[in-house]
Amino acid sequence: MSSNKNKPKVVLMQGNEAMARGALAAGLDFFAGYPITPSTEIAEICSIELPKINGKFIQMEDEIASISAIIGASLAGAKTMTATSGPGYSLMTEGIGFAKMTETPCVVVNVMRGGPSTGLPTKPSQSDIMQARWGNHGDAPAIALYPNSVSESYELSIRAMNLAEKYRTCVVLLSDEVLGHMREPIELPDLSQVKIVRRITPTKPPEWYQHYPDNPKYPMPKASFGEGYRFHVTGLSHDAKGFPTNRADETKVLMDRLRNKIAYHIDDIVQIENYQMEDAKIAIFAAGIASRAAKEAVVKARKKGIKVGLMRPLTIWPFPDAAVRKYLADKKAIIVPELNQGQLSLELKRVMGGIWNYEIRKTKKIKEIHRTDGLLITPDQILQSIMEVK
Amino acid sequence: MSNKVFKKEIRLSGSGGQGLITAGIILARAAVLDKVRVTQTQSYGPESRGGASRADVIISNDEFYYPEAVNFDVLLSLTQEACDKYLVNLKDSGILIADTTNIKNIVHTDAKVYKLKFTEIAMDKLGTTLPTNILTLAFLVKITGVVSENSLKIAVRDSMKPQFIDLNSKAVKIGFKLASDEMNKQ
Repeated sequence: MSSNKNKPKVVLMQGNEAMARGALAAGLDFFAGYPITPSTEIAEICSIELPKINGKFIQMEDEIASISAIIGASLAGAKTMTATSGPGYSLMTEGIGFAKMTETPCVVVNVMRGGPSTGLPTKPSQSDIMQARWGNHGDAPAIALYPNSVSESYELSIRAMNLAEKYRTCVVLLSDEVLGHMREPIELPDLSQVKIVRRITPTKPPEWYQHYPDNPKYPMPKASFGEGYRFHVTGLSHDAKGFPTNRADETKVLMDRLRNKIAYHIDDIVQIENYQMEDAKIAIFAAGIASRAAKEAVVKARKKGIKVGLMRPLTIWPFPDAAVRKYLADKKAIIVPELNQGQLSLELKRVMGGIWNYEIRKTKKIKEIHRTDGLLITPDQILQSIMEVK
Repeated sequence: MSNKVFKKEIRLSGSGGQGLITAGIILARAAVLDKVRVTQTQSYGPESRGGASRADVIISNDEFYYPEAVNFDVLLSLTQEACDKYLVNLKDSGILIADTTNIKNIVHTDAKVYKLKFTEIAMDKLGTTLPTNILTLAFLVKITGVVSENSLKIAVRDSMKPQFIDLNSKAVKIGFKLASDEMNKQ
């Protein structure tokens, strides 16, 4: 598809293409991946576009190699991404943990398809919500974003690249088969107006440089390999220079930093969208493709005079605890439609459990809608649940 | 199109390799040229040829959110299997366009039915069945008016590799002509 770089122009674009082009707009210059349905178009577009801007595209031998390649490239100064689906994501989790531990920015796209195992390659699913949070071993917070339209796929792809760079971590960008293959009109922004978080080069003399300072500000100056600064990179617990350590005090500093850099910046990371929530008695809590049916169900229910609203997290991880407490506490019922056997609802129950005590729970309820047969939850299916709880 | 609020749910159905997803993309591009809202989705199996395949296009001048067609205003079917499977979700006020090259039986429906041997016509007039998808799409556009004929012509031109533009532009003309003939019969 031809793109005009200066004038905003409305073009028909696929979700996967929007994610690739969003990342390119955010400065992507290195992509390594292993093709898998339904994410392949992302790699395909990067393979065409990256050589044009002197970037690199490498098709690796598998997903473990792919994540390893983008981590290595990122340490050498590149802005990196890989794209996969559930089976490939499972293989990448080892590397994702390494990226988080070594604070190496990178973005992993997971276009979710039916699982477990190779499952349903050409059918949508939302069953990697929890894998995006807990996929790696060891305690490490996650950042995961999940758009619900083609234009938002573009925007959140830029945002994922920026968050990865700003907080020096691996950011997961979720999509699903329907969203990834769906085409919608999108107005592409003027590329000179796109806000990009760029890597800041250290100004300290090399002998003073610490790759992992104790009290960092985000974004922070970080050296890349080849710039004359010496630092060590290891998956082992490490000190400020990156060298392995067994010391409790140094390990505590490291583990607290990994947690706090996300926990202290929740407001900067979390994004939600409320639709018709002000006077709603019933709320639907839905993300990604399921939220499209949910929004249609809200419109249908409102036409029947039922006060329903939709709360949609664009940031799945960290989970928007505060927003959930703020906007959902007073609702009579919360409906959670999702293409899995109850993953978002599990989190929602965790948060609501803290504020809905035993007495309140007698009058309020959380209604889950699960679907794992490879088809979408329809607006009518959600409307039926609305009628049941109203 | 008038200023009245409209929403058309269109399903193009058949088997993999018949170009239905391509036709869906072209229809959606035409809708973009018409400056209306559009979403195109698709469903297919793991195989690149054969197996059930469908493309959904929803066109509206108002906001809509759910991306798949549920109750179709227009159903295009190129195979018996697709016709049997999806006819039940065609609105009574809807339109069925069936390629009777492959479809032998159509169960009773209150919808308006157009039956033509599109694949055979493409072979006869163009010497190949390849542009059957575009020929049938042009027929659909002329009959239903879901997008303007001019936008469709441009969308077909913009979507094809140079060596296929002529052939497919001819297919569009034939599709339009067949539709005019059908409408004159009424």
